[in-house]
Amino acid sequence: MPPTLLVIGEVADGHLTKLSAEIATLAAGLAGSSGGTALGLIVDAAPDGAAAELAAYLPRVVSVASAAAADEVWAPHAAAEARRLLDEGVTHVLAGVTNDGRDVAGLLCGALGWGVLANAAGATWEGERLVVEAVVLAGKAITRSTVDAPSAIVTVTPGAADAVGSGAPGRVESREPAGSPVVPAARVLERVAEAGAEASLEEANVVVVGGRGVGGPEGFELVDELAGLLGGVTGASRAAVDAGWIPYARQIGQTGKVVRPALYLSLGVSGAMQHRAGMQGSQNVIAINRDPDAPVAEIADLFVVGDLFAVGPALSAEIRARRGG
Amino acid sequence: MRILVMTKPVPDPAANAERLGPDLRLDRAASPSVVNGNDEYGLEAALQLVERLGGEVAILTMAPAAGVETMRKALAMGAMRGVLVADDALAGADIPTTIRVLAAAAATQEFDLLLGGLDTSDGAGGAVTAGVAARLGLPLLSAAALIEPDEAGRTVRVRRLSAKGYDVLQAPMPAVISCTQVLGTPRYPSLKGIMAARSRQITTLSVADLGGDLLPGGGQWPSRVLGVQPPPSRAAGRTITAAPADAAREIADFLAERRLI
Repeated sequence: MPPTLLVIGEVADGHLTKLSAEIATLAAGLAGSSGGTALGLIVDAAPDGAAAELAAYLPRVVSVASAAAADEVWAPHAAAEARRLLDEGVTHVLAGVTNDGRDVAGLLCGALGWGVLANAAGATWEGERLVVEAVVLAGKAITRSTVDAPSAIVTVTPGAADAVGSGAPGRVESREPAGSPVVPAARVLERVAEAGAEASLEEANVVVVGGRGVGGPEGFELVDELAGLLGGVTGASRAAVDAGWIPYARQIGQTGKVVRPALYLSLGVSGAMQHRAGMQGSQNVIAINRDPDAPVAEIADLFVVGDLFAVGPALSAEIRARRGG
Repeated sequence: MRILVMTKPVPDPAANAERLGPDLRLDRAASPSVVNGNDEYGLEAALQLVERLGGEVAILTMAPAAGVETMRKALAMGAMRGVLVADDALAGADIPTTIRVLAAAAATQEFDLLLGGLDTSDGAGGAVTAGVAARLGLPLLSAAALIEPDEAGRTVRVRRLSAKGYDVLQAPMPAVISCTQVLGTPRYPSLKGIMAARSRQITTLSVADLGGDLLPGGGQWPSRVLGVQPPPSRAAGRTITAAPADAAREIADFLAERRLI
């Protein structure tokens, strides 16, 4: 029987996330190459906008207006709606490697007992088996894995596919919510935004990162300045986050965000394996570090040995001079 | 307050020597084992809660029999007893099996909160703690940055990390919580703790002890690794040791060549 792939769409500020668009493109490709079908799911208090956006990639999108999603955690509701769609022959569920996406994948795995192919950076068919490629062990190896079963849950990392619409908008089907979440849903009492959090690291074209070498919270003023000049977003290494200089939401690495910008510029980041796991997909890497033996040298296209508090301001002045004349 | 913390032995990330063996499974002999980081943050939070509110912290581990060594480290931090599910039939168990076994083992214990890591540093699937919540039918409070139980109200509040900051969640207890580094730095075991850990009880259970059909595939896992390869190496970069103004010019040239400024 040909596969049916279900894409769990995520919504941020009323719009489909970039990662969800990439996963939808991946799923549409996998459906096309196997004679199967792909569909999408949006569960949100106001799902229509994101559902229409998802339909740019998939022939069919189920849009569930869930009032509960406004003041309860999302994943148990999304997993319940996904589960309801299984009756329509869904063989593979694809979700993003985000806190919400992994919650849905885990809840469905617990409820259904399906195998999980985690952190897919790409996926292809080998015969009737779905085979995914994943970066494992903090970037030390790339595996090809499969589940020898007709069905599986797949979590997908950013960049597994470039988001490309199908050219023919799909059909959006509005549905009432199923009613009961797969587990009792916790209430959301409050949603708190932290400073600088409006800029998405994962979607940034330029990421400027501060590490232990910036020396304190005030050191991030220089990082922010360069990020601003380059039209980028500020990130941090775990050392800077653990020191309390910047919120966890800015952390890049195995235990933080995974970024793949056109430019990654780091200041005072040593570049441990765990950090690299979050940035090794970057197209151009520039690192400024006082230590000529810092491991970041191994992955930098341009490695500047020097004091970041001298080179950073000089770079800022140089860029301003070239722009403003 | 009774808190059960799921603690997985993983290769020490600090040793930076994780690798797959010829059988394409994790080579556990290649690195020393430690408690998975995110589990340990949960354990630290649990110990602090029980120090304040009274009660008990126990740990639950699914691992080969040698897993007791790593469990002793968690007991030395202050956990009072351990439950180890060790069974040859679980070698290489996949994620759904791990979820079934841990949920069945947790169900043999009494707890107000069941804590686990958001993910592990070796498998990094990030599905197990949520999956256990689903098996047990309990609320899931994930990606916890702060845990505040209200014993009188029988509820727990959790700060959940979000894309923009955090959400404040509330659910009735018992509940399942997945833990992150933001909970805080784990303590080092004291000498007294290390001594005390030697006499703390670790109960070992087999799959048969847990009952039920936990291995529907008869110990054959449909999930498997087909092949492994090293990551692509980046082309060697250029090192600049020039004075700051010259270095800045070189960086700007590099950016301009690639149309990044």
